[in-house]
Amino acid sequence: MRNAELKSKDFAKKRKERIDRGIKARSSDIFALCSWREMLYLAAPRLIPIVGLIVLSLVLSHYWQRVLLSVSVFALLAISWDILAQSGMVSLGQALFFGTGAYLAGNMNHYFGWPPYVTIPLATIFGGLLCTLFLIPVLRLRGIYFSMVTLVMPLMLVRIIEATRIFGGTEGLSGLGSLPNRWVEVYLIIAALLACLFGFRRMMNSDFGLVLKGINDNDRSVMNAGINIYWFKTQALFIAAAIGSFAGAFMTHVYMFVGMPVFALDYSILPIASAVVGGMGTLAGSMLGAFILVPLSEVLRGLGGLRIVFYGLFLVIFTVAIPEGIFHYIQRKYHQYERWVEVER
Amino acid sequence: MISSPLLQVAELRKNFGGVQAIDDVNFEIAEGELLGVIGPNGSGKTTAVNLITGFVKPTEGSIRYRGKDITGWPPHKIVRLGIARTFQMVKPFYQLPAYKNMIIPLYSPRVKEIVGGKYGDRDAVALDLLEEVGFERDAFVAYKPASVLPQGYLKRLELAKAIALQPDLIILDELFSGLSLAEVASIVPIIEKLLQQGKTIIMIEHRLKELFRIADRLIVLNYGQKIAEGSAAEVMEDPEVKNAYLGSE
Repeated sequence: MRNAELKSKDFAKKRKERIDRGIKARSSDIFALCSWREMLYLAAPRLIPIVGLIVLSLVLSHYWQRVLLSVSVFALLAISWDILAQSGMVSLGQALFFGTGAYLAGNMNHYFGWPPYVTIPLATIFGGLLCTLFLIPVLRLRGIYFSMVTLVMPLMLVRIIEATRIFGGTEGLSGLGSLPNRWVEVYLIIAALLACLFGFRRMMNSDFGLVLKGINDNDRSVMNAGINIYWFKTQALFIAAAIGSFAGAFMTHVYMFVGMPVFALDYSILPIASAVVGGMGTLAGSMLGAFILVPLSEVLRGLGGLRIVFYGLFLVIFTVAIPEGIFHYIQRKYHQYERWVEVER
Repeated sequence: MISSPLLQVAELRKNFGGVQAIDDVNFEIAEGELLGVIGPNGSGKTTAVNLITGFVKPTEGSIRYRGKDITGWPPHKIVRLGIARTFQMVKPFYQLPAYKNMIIPLYSPRVKEIVGGKYGDRDAVALDLLEEVGFERDAFVAYKPASVLPQGYLKRLELAKAIALQPDLIILDELFSGLSLAEVASIVPIIEKLLQQGKTIIMIEHRLKELFRIADRLIVLNYGQKIAEGSAAEVMEDPEVKNAYLGSE
């Protein structure tokens, strides 16, 4: 619990007390199976994203379905950023992962004529490997130094493509193969998003994830346990890069085009903003953040030039009002209730 | 000379830029021994530990463990041989509860090698180990995040993390500093128990009184050089040691 939360209105006399809800305590063991209410309490946090996404995919108009695709892609990038951040690597270059995956899929489709259901899996794996290879030399760097390198990498790749005119140069590659229809697109990305969310949440709570969190907290202490932190960081990097590459490869086939914009700064910054607004360290928070920020940006489109101003304002309000992140706030309200109590003297 | 020393440090040198942190240090330690390392602040004690455990690479010299040259090895490989250390500045995982802190050393390849991959319930093993170093069983303290634990518990947690690795050589870097007399008194039996189990221990300490009671042998460092070696009584009689601790007249 953070100090700021402990502050009360009248500091001298009262303090806020947080108590786990009875249902949380009851449903933490096997007896939860005796009551529908308690089972629902346990299942609801998992059902909400699943049911929510399926319902959304059915009720949205064609235009908003396209927005849902882009939202999901940013959610994947935010999850990828969150995994890296939890492992002690603050990346400013999700665009590197996204762009690498996008270009790999684009090239495989353009030059070899391979269909999307081959290029997407291949781009996911090789994009992950390639980005890991790019970043292995700087794995020893910590904090801001690592961030700087990740920021520079995608910008460098863009200039290489521009200068050497490889992979279509400034025009990019267009007329690429597309997925069969829009329903395949929607359900593919929803399935991938849910699999990443639940799968990697589980991973971060396993002993493997604990070691990654330990590296973030205190890498020397992890080394001192006989664990090779660079090997663990490499694995985390591969996972994050593969998620990002998948997102890129997917978008290539949705747009049927790949070009220099895939390395744009948006793909690096928006995932971070999503994680900050939604709440870091849970993956679900990062995803929630993307589901707030990206549609918000679409809604604000009507404002024209002032769009960025309002968007920035929203970001500031979110971060000041709920600095812990929306997801952490909701999670706390779900599991605990609060009351004001007299301070004993 | 010890016939077959567990750890052998020969002509060890380390300079940071122009500062000679460790200057031609030689010592050996036999299996089952408790070696005390003392010296004034800045005399190179912690640097010596960092050199042995691989956190800092030596400029010159060699470190041999069971006859194997481990000079310049990375820390995680040295730990796998059975050398564990604690840090003077405690390094817990602040976000994690105390008992979850123990999971990371228990996940170590060293432990996997010894126990054969099957540890059963790691949480239960973690709680057992914590009890061994004085975390009260059935109290909340082992479940609290490390960030709210008092210094005494954090030091115990450091010790427990080292013990969890099932090491043969344990290096304790100022374990007693910042602890009350009562806390020190409760940790001394834990160290004695480790010795009885046949572990070898190197203790770096400023609390001389407690150290003298349990140490078999002492070495004294000053300005990176070894100035004396021997039993507590011998070392304290040494004029150079007196000079280093009390200053010359």
